[in-house]
Amino acid sequence: MEESLAGAAFYDLEGTLVSTNLVHTLGFYARRQQGWMQSFKKSATTLLSLPVFAVTDQYSRKVFNDLYFKRYKGQSEDRLRYFAHELFEEVIKPAVFPGSYELIEKSRSLGLRQVVITGALDLSVKPLMEHLNITEYVTNRLEFVNGSATGRLLPPIMAAATKASWIRTFAEREAISLSDSYAYTDSMSDLPMLSVVGHPAAVNPDMRLRQTALHHDWPILTLK
Amino acid sequence: MSLQLRRKTHESVIYIDRDSAPRIMPSGEDFILEDLPIGTRVLYPNPPLKGLPNREAAIRYALNHPHGCDPLFAQLEPGMQVTVAVDDISLPLPPMATPDIRQTVLEVVLDMLAGHGVDDVHILIANCLHRKMTEWEMKRMVGARIFDAYYPDRYYNHDAEWADGLVKLGETKHKEPLVLNRRAAESDLLIYVNINFVPMDGGHKSVAVGLCDYESLRAHHEPQTILDSDSYMDPPRSELNRKCTRLGKLVDEHLNVFHIETAINNRMYKGDMDFLLKNEDDFTAFDRMKFEAMRYTMNKLPRPARRKLLHSRPAQYEMTACHAGKTDPVHDKIVAKGFEQYAIPVSGQCDILITGIPDISPYNVYSILNPLLVQVMALGYHFNFYRNKPLLKKGGVLIVQHPCYDDFDHKFHPSYIEFFNRLLPETRDSFVLREKYEREFANNPSYVEMYRRGNAYHGAHPFFMWYWGENGRQHVGKVIAAGAENAHVPAMLGWERADNLTEAIAMARSYMGNSAEITMLHQPMIGVADME
Repeated sequence: MEESLAGAAFYDLEGTLVSTNLVHTLGFYARRQQGWMQSFKKSATTLLSLPVFAVTDQYSRKVFNDLYFKRYKGQSEDRLRYFAHELFEEVIKPAVFPGSYELIEKSRSLGLRQVVITGALDLSVKPLMEHLNITEYVTNRLEFVNGSATGRLLPPIMAAATKASWIRTFAEREAISLSDSYAYTDSMSDLPMLSVVGHPAAVNPDMRLRQTALHHDWPILTLK
Repeated sequence: MSLQLRRKTHESVIYIDRDSAPRIMPSGEDFILEDLPIGTRVLYPNPPLKGLPNREAAIRYALNHPHGCDPLFAQLEPGMQVTVAVDDISLPLPPMATPDIRQTVLEVVLDMLAGHGVDDVHILIANCLHRKMTEWEMKRMVGARIFDAYYPDRYYNHDAEWADGLVKLGETKHKEPLVLNRRAAESDLLIYVNINFVPMDGGHKSVAVGLCDYESLRAHHEPQTILDSDSYMDPPRSELNRKCTRLGKLVDEHLNVFHIETAINNRMYKGDMDFLLKNEDDFTAFDRMKFEAMRYTMNKLPRPARRKLLHSRPAQYEMTACHAGKTDPVHDKIVAKGFEQYAIPVSGQCDILITGIPDISPYNVYSILNPLLVQVMALGYHFNFYRNKPLLKKGGVLIVQHPCYDDFDHKFHPSYIEFFNRLLPETRDSFVLREKYEREFANNPSYVEMYRRGNAYHGAHPFFMWYWGENGRQHVGKVIAAGAENAHVPAMLGWERADNLTEAIAMARSYMGNSAEITMLHQPMIGVADME
């Protein structure tokens, strides 16, 4: 029996535990519009938006979120929820990194609370969390009016510093020692999240995060 | 006086005289020239034994004339499951010129297995908690033919953290647990292929340590075992060896092990770098030219390039013996052969021991000799290269020539960084470190994943490196880091620093007196001081 730590393991999701990102989800829904013409139009628009998403993500995660989630405007909540399971089975489940299972299992065996903090949407994340047996997670949520998405997110918007702030609040509420906690992410935009725990680690990091991790002597993991 | 100083007790023991040439010393990736005080005793490696003229024939002979069991061919049956375990990249050092001895042994063994209808064969690298070897290193070690046929499904690294891949064999009567690689444990026959580089290698350590898990390892990789080993390079006086032997008996109760051990000579370099192994008084003009050319070139290069250059020079070791059969008789013969190569008869301990630390260690192959590894080479390996009693008197001064740079390899040694920066400022006490932090590091999920999926040493490995220096640390009175380029690394290790060797010797003499006996180990050397 391994000793229990009064800590938690906080994970970013996309790019960290799974190889997909937000655009994969958007692309999946774009291909499942009512009618092939609508699907073609949505898919083409999504494809053309990729360079804009890439640039804005480098510039600011907030601007990226504003632009990205606007693409959901007008989509029905029922439809998004209906396809969520299919999205998980077809897109997300095969994209889970093999090392993710090991990492979560090892953390769990140490008695660490398993918490996922992601900028992805709740409806796409839920089946994955059930698959990974993680009950504590926080996601972004679309605003719906009369069953249709407005293209805006409900606050708090999970990105960058908000993740760190949420972790601090969560730790205070749940009496978790941040010094004994771990955080895993792939993106430089999650640097604040890494900075608030005692054991930060970069996972499959982008170039900027890799350099930062090297500079701070943080472990760099590859779960692929 | 001069005549007396020039007395020859052994060809590998030289005394510095008024007209002696300055000596070459390694200092990390550099080589420096130092004038040593008159009367200093310098130990050189013994001349290399003659290598066996036909390596394949010697291996075949050993397989067909084993000690204590039937020949290998007589143990084979069609359809049986066989695992061939091999030593990892930590030996020999530097990695030897291809073909590696392991390749030759494997070629002979695999041909024999195939000829007897044995198809279910896996090749397993016995890396224990060492870093896993990279694909390129694995290919280099066994050659393209074997690599292409077996990698990755039937040629892979041992994973000490893969629960399903391990099985518990039991405990010794001293309650030491033994969990081994499942494939190896459940095979009808386990063949172990060893290269015996130093007397600590091989024997029961090969299987019982190379293929075990963390919990099994921590039973003997701990400070008290090291303290009780006098030294761990002298098997009969090594507590570590006694514990490994106990575990080996347990292995033999459950597994059918066919052990193949090989001994090599100490021809580390030949050709352009052979002068590093010679007495400087006997240098030819060509030797001096080669040294100056190397020094000039190295001085022009940045440190990573110097390191790369040194690591690109393979060792030229030759096989001097091969024995096969049951572990104990095989190992006894190979250790005897090893001492024939390494033992240097030495009379009298010294007050001050000088050793340059070259960029060669079992744990920094193609990597950086970080401060913890400098420590383990100085207080661990170099200090422990003795038989009967230490070369250095109790309370004497150990002078270590190395820049002691604060540089770590993030890919190979991630847990070393945290150990050095977080733990050493709190305590240098091995027992406290073990009790308070070892398990935390061993279970750190990040380090576990980096070990399993990357090429990192296990999270607990820096602790073992620290324990490995424990008997040296308790024996020496003082360690002085000569040529250290900063103050904080020596301070963190509990050492003093000096700008250069001359200053270090003056400091050491101020502690030990002006008549202090000085001995220098002429590095790089693999040699055991055989004390009277």
